[in-house]
Amino acid sequence: MTRAQPLIQARGLVKRFGDFTAVDGIDVEVRSGEAFGFLGPNGAGKSSTMRMVGCISPPSGGELRILGMDPVRDGPAIRARLGVCPQLDNLDPELTVRENLTTYARYFGIPRRTARARAAELLDFVQLSERADSKVEPLSGGMKRRLTIARALVNEPEIVLLDEPTTGLDPQARHLVWERLFRLKQQGVTLVLTTHYMDEAEQLCDRLVVMDGGRIVAEGSPRALIERHSTREVVELRFAAESQEAFAGKLDGLGERVEVLPDRILLYVADGDAAVAEVGALGLTPANVLVRRSSLEDVFLHLTGRTLVD
Amino acid sequence: MSVAQQARERARPPLPRVPAVAVFAHYLVGYRRTWRAGVFSSFLLPVLTVLGFGVGVGAYIDQGVDGVRYLDWIVPGLIASTALQVAIGESTWPVFSNFQWIKTYFAQSAAPLRVGDILTGHLAFVLFRVLTTIAAFLLVTALFGALRSPWALATLPVVALLGLAVAAPTFAYASVVSSDSWLAMLFRFAVIPMTLFAGVFFPVESLPVALRWLAYLTPLWHGVDLCRAAALGVAAQWSVPGHLLYLAAWALGGWLLARRGFRRKLVV
Amino acid sequence: MVTLVLPRLLDVSGASRRSGSVVERNVAALKSVYWLLLVSGFVEPLLYLLSIGVGVGALVGDLTLPGGELVTYAAFVAPAMLASSAMTGALAETTFNFFGKMKYMKLYDGVIATPVRPFEIALGELAWAMLRGSAYSAAFLAVMVLMDLTTVARALVAFPAAVLVGFAFGALGMMLSTFMRSWQDFDLMGSAQFTLFLFSGTFVPAEAYPSLLRWVVEVTPLYRAVHLIRGISVGTAGWSWLPDVLYLLVVLTLGLLVASRRMGRLLYK
Repeated sequence: MTRAQPLIQARGLVKRFGDFTAVDGIDVEVRSGEAFGFLGPNGAGKSSTMRMVGCISPPSGGELRILGMDPVRDGPAIRARLGVCPQLDNLDPELTVRENLTTYARYFGIPRRTARARAAELLDFVQLSERADSKVEPLSGGMKRRLTIARALVNEPEIVLLDEPTTGLDPQARHLVWERLFRLKQQGVTLVLTTHYMDEAEQLCDRLVVMDGGRIVAEGSPRALIERHSTREVVELRFAAESQEAFAGKLDGLGERVEVLPDRILLYVADGDAAVAEVGALGLTPANVLVRRSSLEDVFLHLTGRTLVD
Repeated sequence: MSVAQQARERARPPLPRVPAVAVFAHYLVGYRRTWRAGVFSSFLLPVLTVLGFGVGVGAYIDQGVDGVRYLDWIVPGLIASTALQVAIGESTWPVFSNFQWIKTYFAQSAAPLRVGDILTGHLAFVLFRVLTTIAAFLLVTALFGALRSPWALATLPVVALLGLAVAAPTFAYASVVSSDSWLAMLFRFAVIPMTLFAGVFFPVESLPVALRWLAYLTPLWHGVDLCRAAALGVAAQWSVPGHLLYLAAWALGGWLLARRGFRRKLVV
Repeated sequence: MVTLVLPRLLDVSGASRRSGSVVERNVAALKSVYWLLLVSGFVEPLLYLLSIGVGVGALVGDLTLPGGELVTYAAFVAPAMLASSAMTGALAETTFNFFGKMKYMKLYDGVIATPVRPFEIALGELAWAMLRGSAYSAAFLAVMVLMDLTTVARALVAFPAAVLVGFAFGALGMMLSTFMRSWQDFDLMGSAQFTLFLFSGTFVPAEAYPSLLRWVVEVTPLYRAVHLIRGISVGTAGWSWLPDVLYLLVVLTLGLLVASRRMGRLLYK
């Protein structure tokens, strides 16, 4: 395999469940050493894509090569070089924390002695050494997540697949997980993750795709996506009235886009302070004004809409 | 209190007069969907046992037992042991699961119910299962002609009492054990030995003395003796009030222990 | 050609190694109370033997087998208890526990993300069930010899037969679990199992059944298993065991093939 060849390459990849098309012809390339993200609301097809890449879900159409191999024919050989952290922790409740790692290592054919040494290292890496001999069940959500991540690393994988790695964690636990993932990336491990947290995508991903309804609707680095799909700044105005609607008409033409929400009005503009001055010049006095930089969240909501999908 | 608040208070429905009935109703709703699968195991199997064992093995026992046909002799025993199986089956995994897996009890204790209501409501459902199973069983065995006296109807209150006598302590047990493996242990070391040696399949008199006394201590033997006396229309081997009191003591003791176990888990 | 065949040959050792890692997981999961449950597993058939064989046996007296041998009721019932306990043990591990691990604990969702394939999981779980079941069978045969219900030589031959019975039912159970929708289906399976237990020539010779029932019973797997083991432990030598062994081998192969196919489809969604 040459260096330039992508580790994961999908062309027109499709996954159908009966009549339902979960993934509808996507093209993706993940290169060695990068952190690649799939963003999208629930049901966008992220997890189905991850399962196909993990070689546990045969594609219904299109082409998929992982590490230069065919996931259907060479499943075991590919999986030997992948680490998988699924959306829901499927740790073994009948084993201790340490045993979860050592028995899992045996599935990869790692010798017992090596497995024990690696388990100790990994528990240290995810800061669970003190709980090594505890059962899994009493662990907190964040600890279980860290253990699942440690388990995904037990075979020293070349690619780590993380399906919503920090969903449901408290801020401390999230930051710890991010920091560990960042260190993995520094070590040259390729990370592929799904998330619907924009801060997570901005923190971790070099490149990402936004998925919606099984298709890719945007692609690029977080910075590039913001530049392409949003303005530089956003002004949030709150008026002390039952409805914001009454004020919306007066703001037409301010900035690139005006969005009216039940509790506030968003102005997408290049220069926030200038826009605020214009609002004042119109004789409007909002109760509350906030000028902020545009974020990936603005891009995401713009591309996939504000309606609940599940 | 503001007017709106007062209105809301008035609109609130009154609490159920007997809260345990609401708990009982909860289980009936669930049972409406699952009863079909249970019919086979809790009712047809005892009938098949009557056929396969009572009729089959009975044909090889020429002299009968205590002067009656083996088939007639074994039917009341199977009535009692079926009641035991249903009562304990319904009070092991279901109770454990309501604490550990589905956590129904915790949801119920967040409603205006007392621990005793939650316990009594669930026990009432177990009793319902025991009584319906045995009633159906009696009907079928009557069609076989294996019931010889209208006194057989007296087995219904007997199995109700037997059911409570074994279900209540099992509730207590299931509320304190830490793993469901302990429930399997209960079957292996209590339910199965009881079923096999407490006078259901052969008279306890043929057991060695020490084991015979162990059999006398089991609630099942008392249930079997009462059922047999009723179904065959003969005198019980032991005093009937004695049997009843002994079973009632198990039920009461079990209920108190169960309430303590439930309190420890639910009232923290 | 060599390059095509060789990797497959090599993979046999890979597959058995990976199946072995599934067994290792089960060994690691053995904690205090599981141990107790495991070790005490062999008392169950023993209790049945004492209750039915000895207790009810005192009422029945001796039986004349179709071959003309006169045996005590306990000697008649014991091989049937051995066969049905091999069945029960194998089914418990491969249905109830297997289903729990697959659907409830989601254990295999984690395992399939590794090089281990569904077929190897099935083999590993079956091997584990057999390790356990064989130990019970050996203990029960030892008791049979001690109670003078069979001879040492016959017991030594009956042991592999009991292991085969376990394997066949284990594979069958694994196949059944892949069709199970919920726990309630296990109620039905348990009932079917108990019905087999009652009517497989367990308590009375199958010759005593009405002829229609007898023909139905003759083709059920437990009847073949009882027939095989009873033939060894009290019967006369002959070739009558051959159809039983073939029957059980077919059940074993079929069960394993269907199970691994279905597991692949269930897990690789």
